[in-house]
Amino acid sequence: MAYQGIKDIFYNGLWKQNPGIAQLLGLCPLLAISNTVVNALSLGLATTLVMTLSGSGVAAMREWIPNEARIPIYVLLIAVLVTVVQLLMNAYVHSLYLVLGIFIPLIVTNCIILARAESFASKNGILASALDGIAMGLGLTAVLVVLGGIREVFGYGTLLSGIDLVFGETAKSLVITVVPNYHGFLLAILPPGAFIALGLLIALKNWLNLRAERKAHGANATVAPVEGGCSTAH
Amino acid sequence: MKTTARASAYTALNLLFFALAGTALLAWTYDLTHETIARSEENEKLKLIAQIAPPATYDNDIMRDTVQLAADKLLGGNGTTLVYRGRLNNQPSIAVLQVIAPDGYSGRINLIIAIHSDGSIGGVRVVSHKETPGLGDYIEITRSNWITGFNGASLENRKNDEWKVKKDGGSFDYMAGATITPRVIVKAVHKALQYHAQHRDELFADTGEQRAAPVPEQKLHVPPPSAKEK
Repeated sequence: MAYQGIKDIFYNGLWKQNPGIAQLLGLCPLLAISNTVVNALSLGLATTLVMTLSGSGVAAMREWIPNEARIPIYVLLIAVLVTVVQLLMNAYVHSLYLVLGIFIPLIVTNCIILARAESFASKNGILASALDGIAMGLGLTAVLVVLGGIREVFGYGTLLSGIDLVFGETAKSLVITVVPNYHGFLLAILPPGAFIALGLLIALKNWLNLRAERKAHGANATVAPVEGGCSTAH
Repeated sequence: MKTTARASAYTALNLLFFALAGTALLAWTYDLTHETIARSEENEKLKLIAQIAPPATYDNDIMRDTVQLAADKLLGGNGTTLVYRGRLNNQPSIAVLQVIAPDGYSGRINLIIAIHSDGSIGGVRVVSHKETPGLGDYIEITRSNWITGFNGASLENRKNDEWKVKKDGGSFDYMAGATITPRVIVKAVHKALQYHAQHRDELFADTGEQRAAPVPEQKLHVPPPSAKEK
């Protein structure tokens, strides 16, 4: 695969079509959980893993999938693949499963996973699709971590709380107390806080895009607004 | 017309093929992994039992002093469960019951509950659950100490209508964002105490089933009870 192709995939995943702040697909479960940095990071990494697997799986099978029945087959493929990985993780890498595995059932039928299968993996090779999964996953992880950071500081007054669950008891010293004796701010912890913070992040991205556009084309340039995608039944 | 029918049949067959292949793959993986998974869950459970039944409360081999309990709706499950029995100077001191809260937000929540012979709770732990990560998982001891709120509670020191979360007028804490989860756990613990009150003497009676199968020498490990249940 050409260097330019790889560069495009990562540029799309991390910025231009970022699933968190540009595509806005399947965000409901993700937003609910991004209340701390560690939760957000775990969820982001699990999503990356699932998207990489589902992307390459769909790409590998795309020749045999009839066009009319492709969506149910994608759902089936992704669900099977991810359940298998979840079982294997639980059995053979139990400590990793305890950290990431619990998030997997939450994201397996997520809209963004299906959207990448439909719009990318069904038209591209295995390697490109795997890379797309990684790029999209990392893009989403980055957004979730920023979101989790904002919500954790406002909601709990800490950063990285719960990191000992991921890296063991010794990592407990990494927890940063930003505001000592903080009483908590419930709105930031609950889902509405996630939507408000996400709205601000999207506004920031649009503003950055607009500024870049103005630099390139003069003062009259406009940027197409973000359009939301589908919502999952949650 | 004929070609449409053929195309539909082809699509249907194709879908069927993927469904069958997927099911086969899942069944095979399940078969490959379920024993290992059951074993690691068993080990986790033994570690939890050591947390809620402190060694000072018994002087017998609590992991071996077990007996099967018949299914009871106060215990929540449909199958028999194993109770671990601790004795101090040959007197019953603590019983570790395995209880299911069947109506969690996403299915069953498996609990173990240590109850002192005076009817007060030594501790409660969640063995496994499928509650929403980040919202309902504060019931795990590794994530918050919410579950230790049951320590010392008994039917005597909490009246019937206090066995609810504070939101419903009871005396147990909950965290905003997930109230169904703590609600069902409070209910399950309450029922377990009622079971214990009704069966206190039978729990420690020596029945023929006890020590029926000699266990090979192994430290802190009992054969998985699931093998007997099935």
